[in-house]
Amino acid sequence: MVVPLIYYIALSSALFAIGVIGVLIRRNAIIIFMCIEMMLNAVNLSLVGFADHYQAIDGQMFVFFVMTVAAAEVAVGLALIVAIFRNKATVNVDELNLMKW
Amino acid sequence: MQVLFLILAAVALISGVLVVIQVNPVRSALYLILNFFTVAGIYLLAHAEFIAAIQVIVYAGAIMVLFLFVIMLLNLRQPEEGGEKQHLAQKISGAALAGVTALLVIYTCTRINLGPAKEMVPGFGSTEAVARSLFTDYLLPFEVTSVLLLVALIGAVILARARLD
Repeated sequence: MVVPLIYYIALSSALFAIGVIGVLIRRNAIIIFMCIEMMLNAVNLSLVGFADHYQAIDGQMFVFFVMTVAAAEVAVGLALIVAIFRNKATVNVDELNLMKW
Repeated sequence: MQVLFLILAAVALISGVLVVIQVNPVRSALYLILNFFTVAGIYLLAHAEFIAAIQVIVYAGAIMVLFLFVIMLLNLRQPEEGGEKQHLAQKISGAALAGVTALLVIYTCTRINLGPAKEMVPGFGSTEAVARSLFTDYLLPFEVTSVLLLVALIGAVILARARLD
């Protein structure tokens, strides 16, 4: 009846892998950013799964704090993308090579 | 319950893949919202009602509105990449590496003993239980969170306003 813990781990790993693939293969900075959000979400999913398995509320507390950090990260990251776009008129990460050696 | 989980998981995986393969960023964002909603449904199955509500409000609401807002603001029309071929080897190797890593994690977790599932505590994951923990054991991190959000707010305002020359 109860969902086994390994299901949560499998789904979390798969979503995380999809996020990693998105970061690796896409060149649009906004989509890369969305994939990072998906990876954070995948980690939250495994934390909630473990919290349910061991009936420990600490896992859900961690999810709460991860969400806060994600919100702060999105605010700063999107501001950065807007600032970069105003300077270079692109969000393609191949063309943003100012700090590349 | 397992059937519900599997349906939600399938929708989450499909929408996740669609986020990655969509060319138009707006469509990617909309599929990501669907992904967040299905994950919120899975949180409900895992007795995390408060977290599910926060997931819908903060992730599917606030964060994705911010994303859509920026996408509309930048009004991206140009095709994403010119040199499709030159990245193909990188793309395939990156995808293969990520897939193999995920499979290794799942395989490892099937081999170790995760222990038996605990008995369901009444009221676990309710707003009351979460708030009790948040305002006792996690009071200091909770307060520091407000400072973090303030710093992010100021940083975002300054970054989006200033002209970087």
